[in-house]
Amino acid sequence: MEHYLTLIQLLDSTVRLATPLLLACLAGLYSERAGIFDIGLEGKMLAAAFFSAAVAAITGSVWIGLLAGIAASLVLSAIHGVASITFRGNQLISGVAINFLAAGMTVLIAQAWFKQGGRTPSLMGGARFEPITLPFAEALRDVPILGPLYYELISGHSILVYVAFAAVPFTWWLLFRTRFGLRLRAVGENPAAVDTAGVSVVGLRFAAVGICGILCGIAGAYLSTALQAGFVKDMSAGRGFIALAALIFAKWRPWHALYATFLFGLFGALETRPDVIEAVIGMKVQGQLLSALPYIMTVIILAGFVGKAIPPRAGGEPYVKER
Amino acid sequence: MEVMPKWAEVILVPLISLLLAAILSALVILAIGEDPIAAVKLMVTGALGSSYGWGYTLYYATNFMFTGLAVSVAFHARLFNIGGEGQAALGGLGVALACLYIDWPHWSLALIGAAVAAGLFGAAWAAIPAWLQAKRGSHIVITTIMFNFIAASLLNYVLVNVLRPKGSMDPASARFSDTVHLPTLHEMLAPIGINFSKSAPANVSLLVAVAACIFVWFLIWRTRLGYEIRSFGQSESAARYAGIQPFKIIMVTMMISGALAGMMAINNVMGEAERLVLNSVEGAGFIGIAVALMGRSHPFGVFIAAILFGFLYQGGAELALWTAIPRELIVVIQALVILFTGALDNMVRMPLERMFLAISKRGEG
Repeated sequence: MEHYLTLIQLLDSTVRLATPLLLACLAGLYSERAGIFDIGLEGKMLAAAFFSAAVAAITGSVWIGLLAGIAASLVLSAIHGVASITFRGNQLISGVAINFLAAGMTVLIAQAWFKQGGRTPSLMGGARFEPITLPFAEALRDVPILGPLYYELISGHSILVYVAFAAVPFTWWLLFRTRFGLRLRAVGENPAAVDTAGVSVVGLRFAAVGICGILCGIAGAYLSTALQAGFVKDMSAGRGFIALAALIFAKWRPWHALYATFLFGLFGALETRPDVIEAVIGMKVQGQLLSALPYIMTVIILAGFVGKAIPPRAGGEPYVKER
Repeated sequence: MEVMPKWAEVILVPLISLLLAAILSALVILAIGEDPIAAVKLMVTGALGSSYGWGYTLYYATNFMFTGLAVSVAFHARLFNIGGEGQAALGGLGVALACLYIDWPHWSLALIGAAVAAGLFGAAWAAIPAWLQAKRGSHIVITTIMFNFIAASLLNYVLVNVLRPKGSMDPASARFSDTVHLPTLHEMLAPIGINFSKSAPANVSLLVAVAACIFVWFLIWRTRLGYEIRSFGQSESAARYAGIQPFKIIMVTMMISGALAGMMAINNVMGEAERLVLNSVEGAGFIGIAVALMGRSHPFGVFIAAILFGFLYQGGAELALWTAIPRELIVVIQALVILFTGALDNMVRMPLERMFLAISKRGEG
């Protein structure tokens, strides 16, 4: 029973850590499926984390904060779109620029607004996403096995966690069961064919980049208003790149994105519980190895040693209409 | 089709991009309630107004020359090496091992040995992504990003568990011995009667960086290998048709690139800190991207851009010291430079091309 509770706790923190990765990973999925590489997930998350926390702190409403975070992320998406779709610039370089822009601007504005060394004030009450207790959670708490599972693991997360998990089947449905999804995937594989069919390549790609912005916005808002209570400098801490790694690991598929981010979330959760690892596999594992594991695994997957990851064919290539 | 004269391509386009970045930066400073003109004045006096300021500017510039050259060399083969950060970190490990475990008789020999070690470590760290790109088709941008993180974890491990002296809490190596101390500009210039600031970290590595610029220029434009790298970058299929092996070019280019990034460590690890600390690179690997883009991947351009960024870095530190503007302003400027000279290049170029086309038509008609 004690082991069971430890497991539930571990999975609970896995869910918390996997949520921002999942949202960012799905964000990247839309963008890359439409043929726009996005290594600026990190920057968009960071900008959204700051603006949601800042606006939530000022207005006292986390929902207005969330909207502000999404708006900030969308502005960066728009820059990425203009640079890589309209002006057919290098998508990778644009992503790098966006990451730096967010890293610098968040601290600059945080300092100008709050003068607390690049952080926002701590969020309290309505300025944070509080955990939700699902129906009957209290009543079922004492039921053996299933009670703790429902009360500790499934219930008691913030609304954004449930949004993230719901986004997985929704993304699958949107991409693989609707006309918009078919076109979006086609524009990442063969934009010329989409163009010939009379559908706007530019429009579709902007739509994908926009969806990516919204999801990164939610991911960022989750970081600063649900996972933690306020913004601190560089708080995205490489999560955008882990999400990118998860996207490759998932081979650009929504359900696999869920599994990949859950796995990487578990690594994160294990990093804080070295005692559990030692008890399970009987030896010590260095924390540094665990933090490097998502990247190492992604490199192995990319190398095609364990099933080859093939990105969308037109990814990274600006589309030039034939004249 | 060449619509623009060469001078416009080389000078006008980067200058306009830079101007746009500068205007936006000024607006940012205004928006946070500070005075941009006072800020520029402070930066100029802080970074260029004394030999102390110059010493820091040149110290930073030395780092950026190495990382800028690293990105440039890869750009010539149309490879985007984002991994300068990790390669420079590994270079630092190479320098630390060379300085800690080999008993050097003189600093000059130590410099050569450490530079070789740094280059080898950096090259090895770049060789894995290069091999994966050449043999397995893994995208080099993604793998080099992943290798930055892996390098950070590796260095964290090595510093905490291996190189940390007994009894020390600080995740850093022991101090290097005094014999491997590199002469600073103060020590180099004093014999010829120039009084350079004693406390500035600029050192003899600056000369190595300048030599590296010349070496890269010679390599890219004066050797057979350089020609092959450039043709591969222009058109892989044409290069293949001409008998150039893509595998060889990708490997060699990336290893030269990694070695250059790694060699940065002779400046920051050996010249300044004189021990290996956590996160010794401090983002210089990423600034190399901005430097290479601004310098149009030409060693001379890289040299100028590196000094400009050195100025921005030192000036930014002074700003943070004397005003309410945080150091992160430099990160914003860096982002804008990358954005305008890299991603939004066409935005600047298209209207200019149209203008020059109109002028040349008028000339004919």
